[in-house]
Amino acid sequence: MAHRTLASASIFAPGLLRGALAESLKKLDPRLLWRNPVMLAVEIASATTLAAFAYSLVGTATEPAWFTGTVSAWLWLTVLFSTFAEALAEGRGKARAASLRQTRTTVTAKRLAAPDRVDAYTVVSAEALRQGDYILVEPGELIAGDGEVTAGAALVNEAPVTGESAPVVRESGGDRSAVTGGTTVIANTIVVRITANPGETFLDRMIALIEGAKRRKTPNETALEVLLISLTLVFLLVCVNLGPLSAYSATASGQGKPVSLTVLAALFVCLAPTTIAALLPAIGIAGMDRLFRKNVIALSGRAIEAAGDVNVLLLDKTGTITHGNREAVAFVPVGGQAEEEVARVALIASLADETPEGRSVVSLARQRFDLAGDGTPEGATVIPFSAATRLSGLDLDGEPYRKGAADAVVAFAGGLGGSVPRDLDNKVAAIAHAGATPLVVCRGPEILGAVNLKDIVKSGIQERFRKLGSMGIKTVMITGDNPLTAAAIAAEAEVDDFLAEARPEDKLRLIKEHQEAGLMVAMTGDGTNDAPALAQADVAVAMNTGTQAAREAANIIDLDSNPTKLLDIVEIGKQILMTRGNLTTFSIANDIAKYFAIVPASLAAIYPQLGVLNVMGLGSPRSAILSAVIFNALIIPLLVPLALRGTGFKPMPAERLLIRNLLLYGVGGMLAPFVGIKIIDLGLGLLLRFAQGNIVP
Amino acid sequence: MDLLAWLQTGLVFGVLLLTIKPLGVYMAKVYGGRRTLLSPLLVPCENLLYRLGGVDADEEMGWQRYAVAMLLFNLAGLATLFALLCLQHLLPLNPRNLPPFTWQLALNTAASFVTNTNWQAYSGETAASYFIQVAGLTVQNFVAAASGMAVAIALIRGFARRRTALIGNFWVDLSRGVLYILLPFSLLAALALVSQGVIQNFSPYRSIPLLQPSAVDTPLGQATVTEATLPMGPVASQEAIKMLGTNGGGFFNANSAHPFENPTPLSHFLEILLMLLIPAAFTHTFGLMVGNARQGWTLLAIMLLLLMASFVLLHWAEVGGTAPLARVGIAGGNLEGKEIRFSLAATSLFEAVTTATSCGAVAAMHDSLTPLGGLVPLSLMLLGEVVFGGVGAGLATMLAFAVIAVFIAGLMIGRTPEYLGKKIEVLEMWMAMVVVLAAGAVVLAFSAIAMTTISAVAATANGGAHGLSEILYAFASMANNNGSAFAGLNAGLDFYTLLGAVAMLIGRFVPAVAMLAMAGSLAAKKYVPPSLGTLPTDKAPFALWLVLVILIVGALTFFPALALGPIADHLTMAGVR
Repeated sequence: MAHRTLASASIFAPGLLRGALAESLKKLDPRLLWRNPVMLAVEIASATTLAAFAYSLVGTATEPAWFTGTVSAWLWLTVLFSTFAEALAEGRGKARAASLRQTRTTVTAKRLAAPDRVDAYTVVSAEALRQGDYILVEPGELIAGDGEVTAGAALVNEAPVTGESAPVVRESGGDRSAVTGGTTVIANTIVVRITANPGETFLDRMIALIEGAKRRKTPNETALEVLLISLTLVFLLVCVNLGPLSAYSATASGQGKPVSLTVLAALFVCLAPTTIAALLPAIGIAGMDRLFRKNVIALSGRAIEAAGDVNVLLLDKTGTITHGNREAVAFVPVGGQAEEEVARVALIASLADETPEGRSVVSLARQRFDLAGDGTPEGATVIPFSAATRLSGLDLDGEPYRKGAADAVVAFAGGLGGSVPRDLDNKVAAIAHAGATPLVVCRGPEILGAVNLKDIVKSGIQERFRKLGSMGIKTVMITGDNPLTAAAIAAEAEVDDFLAEARPEDKLRLIKEHQEAGLMVAMTGDGTNDAPALAQADVAVAMNTGTQAAREAANIIDLDSNPTKLLDIVEIGKQILMTRGNLTTFSIANDIAKYFAIVPASLAAIYPQLGVLNVMGLGSPRSAILSAVIFNALIIPLLVPLALRGTGFKPMPAERLLIRNLLLYGVGGMLAPFVGIKIIDLGLGLLLRFAQGNIVP
Repeated sequence: MDLLAWLQTGLVFGVLLLTIKPLGVYMAKVYGGRRTLLSPLLVPCENLLYRLGGVDADEEMGWQRYAVAMLLFNLAGLATLFALLCLQHLLPLNPRNLPPFTWQLALNTAASFVTNTNWQAYSGETAASYFIQVAGLTVQNFVAAASGMAVAIALIRGFARRRTALIGNFWVDLSRGVLYILLPFSLLAALALVSQGVIQNFSPYRSIPLLQPSAVDTPLGQATVTEATLPMGPVASQEAIKMLGTNGGGFFNANSAHPFENPTPLSHFLEILLMLLIPAAFTHTFGLMVGNARQGWTLLAIMLLLLMASFVLLHWAEVGGTAPLARVGIAGGNLEGKEIRFSLAATSLFEAVTTATSCGAVAAMHDSLTPLGGLVPLSLMLLGEVVFGGVGAGLATMLAFAVIAVFIAGLMIGRTPEYLGKKIEVLEMWMAMVVVLAAGAVVLAFSAIAMTTISAVAATANGGAHGLSEILYAFASMANNNGSAFAGLNAGLDFYTLLGAVAMLIGRFVPAVAMLAMAGSLAAKKYVPPSLGTLPTDKAPFALWLVLVILIVGALTFFPALALGPIADHLTMAGVR
């Protein structure tokens, strides 16, 4: 719904591609490439072959210049493809950051001398605002910094931040008091207490995050790099080892020459896990970007990955599992009354009730019995709900119509001399047992029946919980309802567990208990009283509509304020890890075929009998080596779309997922290069034959 | 394979499988400090040791202290053995008045026995006195093995414990390993071996008049040999621990091919069994200590699978013989350098087991194996000694492989990887990679150095691809602490004794410290209970993946070197052009 402003541009939009190309050349700087040691090693190998090429032009080298030159070119391309993938992943974020930055330029603010004196202010630049300052924002003005509304209520356009064009209400007190710098007040005037210094505001943090400037490697990413660096070091040793071993063998067999530096460098680059190393930065950045496109801002990459590990999901009932409001679903007559009569009385008692619950009674009555009624009738006295009476309704033509909690209505009717129908208790209890709320209605002393007010579980939510269950994630519903109601709703929504009559401190305790047991806990929250629990949870998603306290305690912010987003976040977290794992397996599995191409080719002159290892039947030793190098380079851009989109994800138990991915990326990774290298070799064979006599001596 | 071969193999593995459970339970009790059958007898000995050493047995150590204790103990062992070897001529029980070891050879030998490698650049009967054999080498056979077992136990504790910095007390683990496990079982084994005719005495070497005097050429002209010298010695006591502790250093140069070390088919069977006994039971000890026996059985299954496959390949290659043998009409397989009395299959099984475990005792001449047959022991070592491997060290290395396999597989299912409820993070990955790759890196680096050193190349007996295999094998054997010799290489050359000593020490202690660091980090972590989203590590898919990881890491590291060695050798011999 809210993605329209963000998601339209394709990854391969020409503008983004051009920008990425320029950026990828800059990233070849070894000082920048240092962050990706495997690719730095590849760059050094490329430089070595370039030097060998230069030497072969002037001196007498073991390999012809055309061969060394071509190998060198493709090794350089390998590095370039890697930096290109990273630049491409960053491109979209950069574009969005640029548009955000525009909103930040030259904003002024009306700083109040005192929070309660709205008439005395000085106009200052946004840069001059500090934490604790109070500012006045009038209609049409930009809010100069992050803060909390301390007085008034206003309609605010948050489109620059959320991409959502419909304005939202921000008011003092309660859970919707937070405002974001860079958004515009459309109607009404508010006083805002500034909560962030310039440079530390939400917008600033968001820009930094999107640009990837502050992107730190996650622990998982670092651990994977350890694997890749270790393998790279060993493969470096393998190639260093092959030099002396082939020199000895050439002497011992009396034929052939030691493997040349060019071929050793080619072998090294082919063996090093370049595919995954090249795409590793892009995978993380693209994952963040996928979240942005779902209007979710992760304040660290760590938070997204933690989401993939979550074992327990704490979900607020209201708004997440059920629609925010209860709805009338049935009229239950008592004492032999007609159902339509109950509906009529309930309708009249609700005519003045503007709450969603009251309106749902009106609409049910219309729907079931075609009873009309809208607004307060002429001459009626409205009796609003009060905590003391726990009743509401109206007096019409001298007759009181009331609805309310069973005991309150019984007391009211009893006071007027009415009696309690014998089946009332049972029917009220039955409704409560089913997890709904009974609302008893009366006309004067006469109790007619009850309205069944039910929490409506969001459609399709069970399906999502089942998916989570199959991933091994336990769902826990948190509600202030009594255990009976909670149990019924929990059963209907198919959550695994529930916490009834929960207070904020219960949430915190529940999170701590789960964490003690070694589990990772995710939760969503919006209120200030959620903040401690959010701070404790491993993955804490705050609604953007929530309070500043909640937003500061969280590590993920959902701009759409849609609590079911947590499921998307979990999925993307898993996808990032899976993409890394799958490409690692693919990259390492590739090496087997490359060995079968390069080893017989590079040693053929020493031991022609090793030709039996040339199972692909590659044309000539040099075309075999070139084919492996070209395949190794080309596979990077071919896999860029996969790295940016993430590998497919279907929730299923771990073991099945492993088998599926091993077959796809392990076995596939073993076989694909055999085919790929053979095809490239066939192409090269044609090319070389064509070029024969021109450049090949 | 013929029926007899299957029966012999079946018997070995049948008996082995029967021992795993009781021995695994027993070892778990011993290291857990619980009461065992032997406690009444051994607890007083144990306490006496602690009192003498000033050790507080109840005080546990963090990983750094554990590692320092382990290193200091082994350093002391290295220094002592080095001194004994250099001072052999001054020590008692030297009936043949053998001269001291040169310092190079002493260093190599001391490093070799301290690291549980037992690479022998000397021959026992002509270089080592009874005192050296008993007080120097046999003592190290016990404590080096127990030291390796202690490191493995500490690593297992790392997985089993939660939120603690402590991984046990090295002195306690060391003492218990020797007192409760190695001593009683080698005592039984020694008696069994003596019953088969393995000698145990301190007699001087015997001279036996030859029934048929024979003429030999000497530099001074023809001479007639009328008598033979039979070396004697306390063989059985060393033989038992040599096999049980996967040490492998023979009393005699011919090792288990010598009739005084391995006289009968039953002793041959027993020696194979002894090599496998502790490494196999360790998998069950591991399963018990981490609270899930299936985890142990899974690793055992992987080891058995790899060992059986290796044995079948080795035996197939030897029965098939070589093209040159076929050309001269010799059928019945390649018998050169084999113990014919015990059948080809029994010999192949011994050689597969001795390189699968890091024992390194030999009952055949590995240099005489067919190229493909020789590829099997070489590969078993190059895989990092994880197919049972050394006592303790083998399991610990396997666990490091499991950590790597879990890491990649964990990512593939979209979770921060966890093994046995412990999250695998940056430090674990570094340490696992060090454990898995250290020995391989040493092999690659040192064999490359050898190839560029003229004297080192000249020390090979055969040259060509086979010569390359000889050098590769030597460093594979030393760096992986196996100690078996391909032979055919003049191992006494200073180049090999000194570089070899470095290879053995790196191959042993760098991974050991890494294992302890991993243990410390794991022990401090909290336990993550398994859920549907957790990858089960005790089922077939993961087991197969682990096998693949082991094979692929090994293949990727050594394929070029093996292509220039055994593979080229084989193809040349087979006449492929």
